[in-house]
Amino acid sequence: MAKPEQCSNCTKPATIHLTQIVNNQIQKVDLCEDCPFKKGVTDPEGFSLAEFLLKPGTLMQAQADQLECPSCGFTPADFKKVGRFGCPVCYETFKGILKPMLSNMHKDTVHRGKVPDRALARVSIKRKLTELESHLREAVDEEKYEEAAALRDEIKLLRSSLAEAPGPSDDE
Amino acid sequence: MNILPLIEAKAELTDGGLPPEPIVLSTRIRLARNIAPHHFPGRADESERAEILAMAFGKIADGPLSGGTKIRVEDLSPLERQVLVERHLISRELSEAGAGAGVIIDRAQHISIMVNEEDHLRLQAVRSGFNFKMAWTELDALDTAIEEDVDYAFSSELGYLTACPTNLGTGMRASAMLHLPGLVMQEHMEKVIRMVNQLGMAVRGLFGEGSEATGSIFQISNQQTLGESEDSIVKRLINVLHAIIEQEENARKVIREKRALKLIDKIGRAFGILRNAHLVSSEEAMNLLSLMRLAVDLGLLPAEYRTHVDRLFIETQPGHIQLSARGEVDPGERDQRRARTLREEFSSLPGLSFGTKPDVTPKKKKS
Repeated sequence: MAKPEQCSNCTKPATIHLTQIVNNQIQKVDLCEDCPFKKGVTDPEGFSLAEFLLKPGTLMQAQADQLECPSCGFTPADFKKVGRFGCPVCYETFKGILKPMLSNMHKDTVHRGKVPDRALARVSIKRKLTELESHLREAVDEEKYEEAAALRDEIKLLRSSLAEAPGPSDDE
Repeated sequence: MNILPLIEAKAELTDGGLPPEPIVLSTRIRLARNIAPHHFPGRADESERAEILAMAFGKIADGPLSGGTKIRVEDLSPLERQVLVERHLISRELSEAGAGAGVIIDRAQHISIMVNEEDHLRLQAVRSGFNFKMAWTELDALDTAIEEDVDYAFSSELGYLTACPTNLGTGMRASAMLHLPGLVMQEHMEKVIRMVNQLGMAVRGLFGEGSEATGSIFQISNQQTLGESEDSIVKRLINVLHAIIEQEENARKVIREKRALKLIDKIGRAFGILRNAHLVSSEEAMNLLSLMRLAVDLGLLPAEYRTHVDRLFIETQPGHIQLSARGEVDPGERDQRRARTLREEFSSLPGLSFGTKPDVTPKKKKS
């Protein structure tokens, strides 16, 4: 703490101290207030690190701006404009932008509340069904009839459990 | 579309489904839900929104919420929309939404489900008084019943996926409508709002975001929805509410001790205006009614008139005044009609019983 620190670029006292750990290698850069903003910095690595840390968002923003939701075509610019997302898939698409926002907004970034068990069970059964159906096709193609019969039984069982799941019937 | 049968039926907030109590007017919980894999309403085109509405009317109004009234917003006149907003059955946003916007309202008007507002579904339960447990039990059961047949957009990491990330996770907003004339008179509200905000809760006016707190009525709700269970959010909110209620009680105590004469003078004058005025704006009505609710709390009016006052809070709103006139009426005539309603209601009430209560008479100064 006591050692007088000098800017890595000039002789002015350093007031900005950056530490980056890359592959277990500690990299330290000490800069004065002016140098990061001046042109012609000799240490390109140190400078890019400084730029990255001093102006967070600019680099990430550039990457983020190119994103577009594959499901609804929403872009970060749309989100900035309306403050809402376009569809459930947006949450996957814009994960990177969202994460820091969520930790500012909420108690935590992981859901700890109610879970729609029935809906989730339905989704996983449907997923399993598609999987089994493709196995069945393969088995038939390869003339493995014994295996195919077992798969068919399993599919039948899952289908009937799915039919029971939807709950309230349409009559009445 | 005629909403009169709905309005004339006994409703939780106008006829006191549960006995009304001092300070806490009502309790409300809402859940934001979306249906996978559809685009959120703001991004969905007209046909997708229509599909969601048809599904909600079919699977919910003819299922778990059978017997509910199904209303398409586009079938409503501007006045009818306003009335439903004043009853807190739909939001302002839904009342202005285009094709595909709808609402399902259950018979007792405890529950309403807005369709294609900000999210596909906004389930809401309202109870008069301080009744979170009842509201949550009812809404939780409805939500579970809907989920039997509807695939909600859900991620195991982020919870229920909502159009706005501020509702992510539980999708739950729990709130209470508080009547805080003591804190307003003592000019303590600013301090209270700051405290409440620091605890992660929001303070709004009677009609939610951006609305004025007329009549000393404030809505307190949780701000965070992700990272905590529904139970713990409600518990945290209840703790904050208890703290506010305590502050309000203290403020009233101080006023009764130090400014009793001023207080009963204010209430007496308000009563006089309500009985005799011929032009009353809706804002003035709110403020006068607020003093009448306080009068009931102080024992100047019998407790059964609390329901009366709560009903008038809603029925003196501009939309309701026009609905009872059976059509749109300009503001001047509205004020006249409002004054007439108030005169009739308050003339039938017994007079204020000043002085019989020891706690409103000014304390003698110790010499």
